[in-house]
Amino acid sequence: MAQTATLETIYGLIGPLNKKSVDLTPATTFASDLELDSLTVMDLVADIEDDFDIILPLNMLPDLETIGQVAEAVETIVAKG
Amino acid sequence: MNLLDKFDPIVELRASLPFEKADPFKVVIEEVISETEAIIGGRHTILAGTNNYMGMTFNEEAIEAAKKALDDFGTGTTGSRVLNGTYGGHKALEATIADFYDMNECMVFSTGYQANLGIISALGGKDDFVIIDADSHASIYDGCAMGNATIVRFKHNDVEHMERRLKRLPADAGKLVVVEGMYSMLGDAAPLKELLEVAKQYGCMTLVDEAHSMGFCGENGRGIAEELGVEHLADFIVGTFSKSVGTVGGFAVSNHPKFDVLRFVSRPYIFTASLPPSVVASATASIQAISRSGNRRAHLWENARQLHSGLKDAGFSMCTQTAESPIIAVHLPDVMIGTRFWEQLLEEGVYANMAAPPATPAGMFLLRISVCAQHTSEQVSEIIARFKRTAEKVGLEV
Ligand SMILES: Cc1ncc(COP(=O)(O)O)c(C=O)c1O
Repeated sequence: MAQTATLETIYGLIGPLNKKSVDLTPATTFASDLELDSLTVMDLVADIEDDFDIILPLNMLPDLETIGQVAEAVETIVAKG
Repeated sequence: MNLLDKFDPIVELRASLPFEKADPFKVVIEEVISETEAIIGGRHTILAGTNNYMGMTFNEEAIEAAKKALDDFGTGTTGSRVLNGTYGGHKALEATIADFYDMNECMVFSTGYQANLGIISALGGKDDFVIIDADSHASIYDGCAMGNATIVRFKHNDVEHMERRLKRLPADAGKLVVVEGMYSMLGDAAPLKELLEVAKQYGCMTLVDEAHSMGFCGENGRGIAEELGVEHLADFIVGTFSKSVGTVGGFAVSNHPKFDVLRFVSRPYIFTASLPPSVVASATASIQAISRSGNRRAHLWENARQLHSGLKDAGFSMCTQTAESPIIAVHLPDVMIGTRFWEQLLEEGVYANMAAPPATPAGMFLLRISVCAQHTSEQVSEIIARFKRTAEKVGLEV
C-alpha cells in the first residue's frame, strides 16, 4: 500500500482533470471511473513524472490501472533512485 | 468467448459518424488521370490528399526503369534480403541513397514502417532507453513495442520537456532519441537543431524520420536535417519511398562504422521478402530525378504558400501560422462539421483527408490537404474556391 503523502500528491495532480468530481481513492481507475482519454492520461503521466522527478516508462503504463498502482510504482521508482 | 467482441466500441464509433454520401474509409479511386487528378465515384476529382509531394508517380524515367526491370528480372524476388532476395538493383539502390544523403551506409527495407520497426527494435536493447516524441508515427511506437528498451516519451516538439527527462536517465546507459523532421497530421516541422543538440549533450544517439520532408526540404531534398544544417547530429536517418519517391519501400542511412551488422539482427529486415526489382528500379530512378529537381521543389513550396495564404485569407482556422510543409491542415470545430465538410468537399471534386482522434493531437478534427509539385497554381486556386463553397454549404462560419 502506497504512503498517504504519495497518494495526496497524485490526487492533487488529478484534481483539475476530475471533471465529474469522482471520489478519489487508491482503487479509483483512470479509464472507467475517471473516464480520462489517452491524451489526458499522457499529460497526467508527464505531470507525475515532473512532480516526483522520475521517469514512468511507457512500457509500464498498461499495468497501471488504478491510482494506488501508480502510487506504488512511483514509490518503487523513487526508492530505486 | 468471441475474440472480435472487444472491438464493438470501435464499430459503434464508426457507425455514429454522420456520413451520408461517402465514407472516407471506403473511397475507391477508379481511374488515375495524372499525379493530381483521378475519377472517384464517377467524378473528376483533384487529388489533394495523397503523399505524392514531388509528383513522381508518373516520372518517365522511373516508369521506364520499372518496365525494364520487370522484363529483365521478373515480378518478384520471392525471398528475404539475407537469402535470395538481394539483386544487383537492391545494392544499386542502396548506393544511390547513400550517395543522395552523402552517407556511408544504407539499408533498404520493404516499407518505411518496417525500416522504423527494424532499426528501433534492433537498437533498443534490454538495458537501453528509447526517447520518443509523443506524436510519433505508429511505426515508431511499434518499433519501441517490439524491442526490449525502456521507452520514455516527451511532449510533442518540446525541447525542454525532453531535456528534463534526459536528465533523469543514467549517464552511461545506451540512449536513442527518435524524432520526425515533419509531423504529418498538422504539417508542423520539428525544432530539430535544438532537439538534436540537447540529445547529443546528454550522450544520446539520434534517429530522424524524414518520411514527410524528404524530397523537398533542404537544398538537395534530403529533409529537415539538411535544411537546418544538422545532419551531422543525426546518427540514423529513416525514410520511405511511399511519399515523395512515389512507390513503396523504406530505408535507413548512417555513417556508423558498425551499421551493417543490423542486416543480421533486424528481424523486419530479415523475415520478409525484399522489394520487387521493378519497385527498386523505379525508386532508384525517382531518387536520382529528385536530386535534380530544384525547380519542382520551388514550385511545391509556392503551391503550399498559395494554398495556406488562400485558406487563411478566407478565414479558415489554420493549424500552422505559415506553410511549414506541403501539408496544410485546417481545424474543424467538431465531428459533425468535420464529416460533412469532408463529404461535401469530395462532392465538389476535391479529395482531401479528414483526420480525427485518436490519430490527431489533442482531440482535434482536421481537414488535411497535401499539395503536389505537379499541382498547377490554377488547381490550387480551384481547391481554395471549392473549400469556400464547401464551408458555405455545410454552414461552417469562417
Ligand atoms: C513518419 C512516418 N514514418 C514512417 C511511415 C511509414 O512509411 P511506409 O508507408 O513506407 O510504410 C510513415 C507513413 O505512413 C510516416 O508518416
